[in-house]
Amino acid sequence: MKKYITVRMGNYVSFFYDKKAAVVIAALGAAAVLLFLVSVGSGEMSISPVEAATALLGYGEEIHQTVILTFRLPRVLVAWLAGMALAAAGAILQGMVRNPLASPDVLGITGGAAAAVVAFLALFSDENNSLTVSIHWLPLAAFLGATAAAWVVYMLAWKNGLVPLRLVLVGIGISALMQALTTLLMIVGPIYRANQANVWITGSVYGASWQHVSFMAPLVVGLLLVVMLAARHVNVQELGDELAIGLGSAVERQRLGLVLLSTALTGGAVAFAGGIGFVGLMAPHMARRLVGSAFGALLPTAALLGGVLVMGADLAGRMLLAPTEIPAGVFTAALGAPYFIYLLYRSRKT
Amino acid sequence: MEALQAKELTLAYGEALIIDRLHLTIPKGKVTVLIGANGCGKSTLLRALARLLKPTGGAVLLDGKEIAKQPTKEIARRLAILPQSPTAPEGLTVLQLVKQGRYPYQTWLKQWSEEDERAVARALAATGLTELAERPVDSLSGGQRQRAWIAMTLAQETDIILLDEPTTYLDLAHQIDILDLLFELNEKEQRTIVMVLHDLNLACRYAHHLVAIRDKTVYAEGKPEHVISRQLVKDVFQMDCQITYDPLFGTPLCIPYGKGRHILQKEGVS
Repeated sequence: MKKYITVRMGNYVSFFYDKKAAVVIAALGAAAVLLFLVSVGSGEMSISPVEAATALLGYGEEIHQTVILTFRLPRVLVAWLAGMALAAAGAILQGMVRNPLASPDVLGITGGAAAAVVAFLALFSDENNSLTVSIHWLPLAAFLGATAAAWVVYMLAWKNGLVPLRLVLVGIGISALMQALTTLLMIVGPIYRANQANVWITGSVYGASWQHVSFMAPLVVGLLLVVMLAARHVNVQELGDELAIGLGSAVERQRLGLVLLSTALTGGAVAFAGGIGFVGLMAPHMARRLVGSAFGALLPTAALLGGVLVMGADLAGRMLLAPTEIPAGVFTAALGAPYFIYLLYRSRKT
Repeated sequence: MEALQAKELTLAYGEALIIDRLHLTIPKGKVTVLIGANGCGKSTLLRALARLLKPTGGAVLLDGKEIAKQPTKEIARRLAILPQSPTAPEGLTVLQLVKQGRYPYQTWLKQWSEEDERAVARALAATGLTELAERPVDSLSGGQRQRAWIAMTLAQETDIILLDEPTTYLDLAHQIDILDLLFELNEKEQRTIVMVLHDLNLACRYAHHLVAIRDKTVYAEGKPEHVISRQLVKDVFQMDCQITYDPLFGTPLCIPYGKGRHILQKEGVS
């Protein structure tokens, strides 16, 4: 079986990987790195990708280093991480629900995280527009909001099992409710926050700083590693409950664990990059087309695609109408909404 | 020797009682076939035997111990279940599917051991799918697809295999093909096979032990040649028939009455 890479160390460590998927992932990784270099090089001062790479390595012109390291790098990294996190969250949900319509935004999980973040901002900021508590609590608030929304959707949609369409409908309902809640919080909350929150809700990495990156990077990368190691659990869940139980999976417990991973990833992304929509829907679906359904291949592919989508949307938002900035979420929504309709149309036929 | 036992087993979906205080012993190393009319609860019983359904009363025993009290992963190394018409995720290849059978043997770091590789290769060979390993499951014919699912349960390397109507939606040739495969597994490797079948005549041909379900319990069980009679078919299926013998195998053959074209001379019929 030379189409596969097998790694074995003693009796206790062994892994298996599809070569074709490895090639796709390597290519996507290269594309992501290239887009990353273009992105940190783009702006009022244009820097070529080669010069950007040189500056990142600590060489080249000092002004390049300052512009990239101080101003551009954090936001591009936050965009990349947010895209990966949202795509991974969507991939987990789609595998568990066994339906391509599932994603953190469609199921109201992003909305829950957003409402929680706006509530957090309204509660814990002073007149100078700065937080009265550490920003490190923000992802926790987002995670709790995401988990609460997921729980409500699950409780309302569960009736002798989960029918995907009912889940999606309940999710859309909860999404709308969360949006209403968010708007309400912005109206009753302090006015100086409202404008900023509005941009943030659409999904923007405008204000990203190193402080954000230093917290978000280990969180997202760590969660992605855990999800990767849990790939086989998602794989059996994709066969349906009966087969999963038959194969010895503790379905209920694993489902809970996977939902929590998914809401944690969504929360992490939303806390720092806002409600960037449809990435969690599109990226996993596109990845499935590229590498198939096996989750070990699907997850990294989806994550890289998600990163590329959000970095690309952020780049477009910065460059198209410069110096006016368009939030990245506007572009992902412009791309994602038709995609969602296309998926709905396809699922109607089957 | 018993492989699986049901004691005072009571099963219900919500308020609806399906199986009522049933006793059943599945003999080890034999082919057991459950038969019964539509909706009699034979599939439900099979699901309970595989711990997919919690009993509302009584218990299922695996090696004499209550199945509900044993770790599910350990059960999965001794007992495999193939539900009725399973569906594979879009684009999943045969190899990827069959690999899932190794799930109960894997850990966080041990995900593809040499035993895993051997078991999967054996399962593919036994089902004649080695050549098709790279094909997506949804691109296969019905018979091949069912073989792929059976290969997955084989990769699980369990002594007991439960199958819910493994021949549904297959043409006659493929039905025989699948049943021969299961029979051979039993003959060569003494695996205990328990399945629900709709075709009474094929059930009689392949089963060492036949179990007829009626009125929420076991109506009759034993060797097909001892169990099958006009009265049993009448009671279990509410159908009149004549019982004769399979000219090839000598096992009971049920010929139903009903309407249809009579082309025999009247005096030719006894």
